Amino acid sequence: MPGNRMTTGARTDKPQERPVMDAGDIARALTRIAHEILERNKGTKELALVGIRTGGVHLAHRLARRILDIEGAQVPIGELDITLYRDDLALRKDQPVLRKTSVPFNISDLKIVLVDDVLFTGRTTRAAMDGLIDLGRPAEIQLAVLVDRGHRQLPIKANYIGKNIPTSRDEIVKVLLEEEGEEDRVVILKA
Amino acid sequence: MSLKRKDLLSLATLSVDEIMLILETADSFKEVTGREIKKVPALRGKTVVNLFFEPSTRTRTSFELAAKRLSADVINFSPSASSVVKGETLLDTARNIEAMQADIIVLRHQAAGAAETLARSVKSSVINAGDGWHEHPTQALLDLYTIRERKLPFKGLRVAIVGDVTHSRVARSNIYALTKLGAEVRVVGPPTMLPPAVDRMGARVYYNLEEALRGVQVIMMLRLQLERQGRALFPTIREYSRLYGLTAERVKLAEPGAIVMHPGPINRGVEIAPEVADSLSSVILDQVANGVAVRMGILYLMSGAN
Repeated sequence: MPGNRMTTGARTDKPQERPVMDAGDIARALTRIAHEILERNKGTKELALVGIRTGGVHLAHRLARRILDIEGAQVPIGELDITLYRDDLALRKDQPVLRKTSVPFNISDLKIVLVDDVLFTGRTTRAAMDGLIDLGRPAEIQLAVLVDRGHRQLPIKANYIGKNIPTSRDEIVKVLLEEEGEEDRVVILKA
Repeated sequence: MSLKRKDLLSLATLSVDEIMLILETADSFKEVTGREIKKVPALRGKTVVNLFFEPSTRTRTSFELAAKRLSADVINFSPSASSVVKGETLLDTARNIEAMQADIIVLRHQAAGAAETLARSVKSSVINAGDGWHEHPTQALLDLYTIRERKLPFKGLRVAIVGDVTHSRVARSNIYALTKLGAEVRVVGPPTMLPPAVDRMGARVYYNLEEALRGVQVIMMLRLQLERQGRALFPTIREYSRLYGLTAERVKLAEPGAIVMHPGPINRGVEIAPEVADSLSSVILDQVANGVAVRMGILYLMSGAN
């Protein structure tokens, strides 16, 4: 496609990729979010991170490491699979593959920061909140995302945002992370 | 991958990948059954019908609990107490149930092949909860899950299945699945209780219990189905118990750490000595607990099939 700088030598039938964050941007955004979490919650007392599988889990672990570096305190980390709470299960032809939820601590009365890679329609966050509430009664649920791409279908807003990236609905925002064998970066794919 | 089939009828037709997918899916539900609130909304709006032509408290309760924990609507239907005595056939009963928008029918029937016949005639997914002497796939899957939970690898695993194999659909499903997964299956019992072609299913035949138990990691006891045999297949229960009952002494012939399984309900003191049933090597209650998680996994996977 003329004018696209990312497609040198690429096949035309491949989705075109536009980089929006590199490894440095991601690292800086996470450091800032870690500081914001500590500032808002006045430290790590009664604080826990719960990552939404899969990307959110990796980011939750990274945030916890930064919080440890800054504050010298280890916050508990949980891993949440929201598949069973999706609102489109009955509509889908194939059942999505389940992954395990592992929240090895009692969430009741804790301030939980849900961590996800991309905030889009808000349906995943809604499902995650339902999933969390089935595990106990947290004192508060906050939301941290690396990317907010807009197009909300539910009244949901993140407390901590790495980067706001305006997109059109037919674009795909992909967060690639080292933990998945990729080089850290965020790209927009245009079909 | 996903389970791309409308029905779950037998383990003979399930691939290794499909079996493993069911076991892995059950892991997620095991976590759910360990929570304080043991309920997820995955099957909200779906209807599951337990159609049990044969009485079975254990399997029916397990399916009912599994469906309810997935937030499905559950109807328990026991035709013996209603329309069948008025002359209604299996298919008519099932069509009526289908007309009530049932998504999944769980069928227990005394005739082998009933589940397959039903599956061909209705749009709902059909899960075989035991058909005659044929198969009982969900029981075998929960047995496999329990074996896997004990971290025993299927490949090269030595399993002895003891007792009335001929009348046991559980044994048949387990032989299909375990041999498919690479285990060595030994069947042992009096000749009158072993089906003629069992070696063609991939199992090794033993008539002596001590010999069969040597070096196995899993001892799977079968229930002596006193109500189903009609004619006596052995002279007395006492003799059967003496020759084929699992005692603590006999368990010692197996590999150290071997597990003892039983699909229940157990005849204490007949096929299994009470001290074995209550010993640390017994995983009988784990099987019951795992049954709910495995059936949740199956219902979840089947609910996407329509």
